[in-house]
Amino acid sequence: MHPRDGGWAGFLLAQLDTSKPLLWVQERMAILESGRVHPPGLPTQNIIHVEARDTRDALCAMEEGLRCAALSAVIGEIWGDPRALDFTATRRLAVASERAAVPCWLVRLGGSANLSGARMRWRIASAPSLRNDLDPKAPGAPAWDAELFRARGSPPGRWSIAYEAGAFHLVAASGDRAMGEIERLRA
Amino acid sequence: MIHAVTKAAAERGARAGARLTDARALDPALVAVPADPDGDAALVQRLAKWSGRWSPLVEVDGADGLRLDVTGVAHLFGGEEALARDIELRFARIGLSVRVAIAPTPAAAWALARFSPSPLAGEGGSSRRLRKGEGAARFVHAPSPRSRSARVDPLPRGERGLLEQLAPLHVSALRVDADTIRTLERLGLKTIGALLAVPRLALARRFRGAEDVVDALDRMLGRKPEPLTAAPADPPPRALLRFEEPASHPEVASQALERLIPDLVGQLQERHLGARRLSLTGYRVDGSTAVASVATTIASRESKHLTRLLADKAAALDPEFGFDAFALTAEWTEELGAAQQSLVEEPSGERELARLVDRLTVKLGPRHVRRPQANESHLPERASGWVCAVQFSHSLLGEGDRSTKSSGGGVWRRPLHHASHGPPPRAELEEDLKRPQRLLDRPEAIDVIYATPEGMPRRFRWRRAVHDIARAEGPERIAPEWWRQPSSARLRDYYRVEDAEGRRYWIYREGIAGDGRGGAPNWFMHGLFG
Repeated sequence: MHPRDGGWAGFLLAQLDTSKPLLWVQERMAILESGRVHPPGLPTQNIIHVEARDTRDALCAMEEGLRCAALSAVIGEIWGDPRALDFTATRRLAVASERAAVPCWLVRLGGSANLSGARMRWRIASAPSLRNDLDPKAPGAPAWDAELFRARGSPPGRWSIAYEAGAFHLVAASGDRAMGEIERLRA
Repeated sequence: MIHAVTKAAAERGARAGARLTDARALDPALVAVPADPDGDAALVQRLAKWSGRWSPLVEVDGADGLRLDVTGVAHLFGGEEALARDIELRFARIGLSVRVAIAPTPAAAWALARFSPSPLAGEGGSSRRLRKGEGAARFVHAPSPRSRSARVDPLPRGERGLLEQLAPLHVSALRVDADTIRTLERLGLKTIGALLAVPRLALARRFRGAEDVVDALDRMLGRKPEPLTAAPADPPPRALLRFEEPASHPEVASQALERLIPDLVGQLQERHLGARRLSLTGYRVDGSTAVASVATTIASRESKHLTRLLADKAAALDPEFGFDAFALTAEWTEELGAAQQSLVEEPSGERELARLVDRLTVKLGPRHVRRPQANESHLPERASGWVCAVQFSHSLLGEGDRSTKSSGGGVWRRPLHHASHGPPPRAELEEDLKRPQRLLDRPEAIDVIYATPEGMPRRFRWRRAVHDIARAEGPERIAPEWWRQPSSARLRDYYRVEDAEGRRYWIYREGIAGDGRGGAPNWFMHGLFG
């Protein structure tokens, strides 16, 4: 993800179950570079925020969180390409997440896609938002250019997605072939 | 055997220590109740705790006495006489008659409470002297459940006043053994006054081997200290482990912890407590100690959880020259009833969560694991407060749990615009109030091209990258908090902007041109939208 693009947060948060608490781990560098989580902007206030000193601490905190089945999800933000974040680390997270049935999202800010044990790997970028019917000059419902570049059990793909009225929609990206109709991905 | 008698029974010839048949021979109407020494002892223990209302230092003295250190306490109850009366009254209310005495030494107070015949009389003069009397004013009061008599003895002040009061008392008031008393009586020394008249050296020589009479006299007159040792009301649960030989291998603390935890958990279980703070103290051979302590979010007495919390910190204890003992103390405990594990395999959310918070806090420190707490404020950076997750109150947690997506902003209040004094009144968050998901800790200055003086931004440069603004919405004006900030603080006009690539930002212009609070307005980047 581009470090100055906060778009992924909206994409991710819209998919979360907000009835249970959320563990949000941020590396210190990630906080400095792209800001701290701001609860008033989130759909739920029920979060536990961890400010980790370095990548090792952040990964550790994520793994602890994945042992707790009472969480709705674990989100971890890692800045750049630290050495501590190798294939083993990501694989550990993936296995822990599957064992506890707690979704785990590892967010790599400004990193490059190297080896990873993740089950699904997305590349999210903000896309120009939908038309705002009330005010054409104002930003409308958020939209993303989401690329699933690696996934186990499903073919990779690239979609333009918008989130409006509590559901994801596929939208025709400009210059792309017209998709005609809007398909609902997920409630 | 008669253990104790009431005043009425005493008048009819019954005496403690006599046989019941003998007493019945004198008066067949005597009513006998079986003695219960254990019950009495338990009662005295309970009363000792209850007497903490008058003094922090209470000691059980013998089978039927309590000693309270009232040094510097009496004025809280309106003087020593008022204190004595208060004690008498309160004990009378729970059906006990007591004899109260206040004296400069514990031994004298004991003697006066038990042997002084003089009732509370002619106090006026002596109580004034009392204040400049000895610093250590102590008293004994003897709850004697079976006796109906209640007396407050005069308050002796100064060594002379004390001597005057003690002189007429029988030598058994010295609290020495019966043989010594008998010897004294045979020598014709029946009162303390008579004893004091004997040269000290002669007395010391005569009672060398037996219970030391001189020593008892010294204690009574305050020539020799006799400190009170009050047992702590409720010693915290504590498990101890001693080694025969000092151990200095690195894993010693972890191994000790493994052996101490079951012991401590057993104690907690017995007392229906859960630990909130635990500390493992290692005692080194050279006299120094090393401490590792952890806190928990909710009371717990689960050995697995507690071991896991302490394990890392215990392993970090440095043995130096070797530990020869370990103590594990639950410094802070809370009531915790016996809990049944659920029948179905469904972990309870709150407990799981509390454990997670504990583990994270132990690992990363309390300031790095936090939960949001809303503040009453317009300013975004002040509105989003954080509290350490360990201290996060459970009522708030409950509120957070209940907030579903539709009322997710329920905890957050939007301050209203107001013209009156003080902080803004609470109001429900409006749905259209858009806040970014991420906020920079410190707003960053950006260069913005905008339509002066108060127009929309067109283009901005943030961290050396230029962003063309495709769409913008605003302004949302947030006024400075004049009751908190200096008068030079400028208002902020927030804009939601979207650049050509679709990234959405929250930027603001600080101040407006010509507001008299500085030059041209500055622009800042404050948040990122998702």
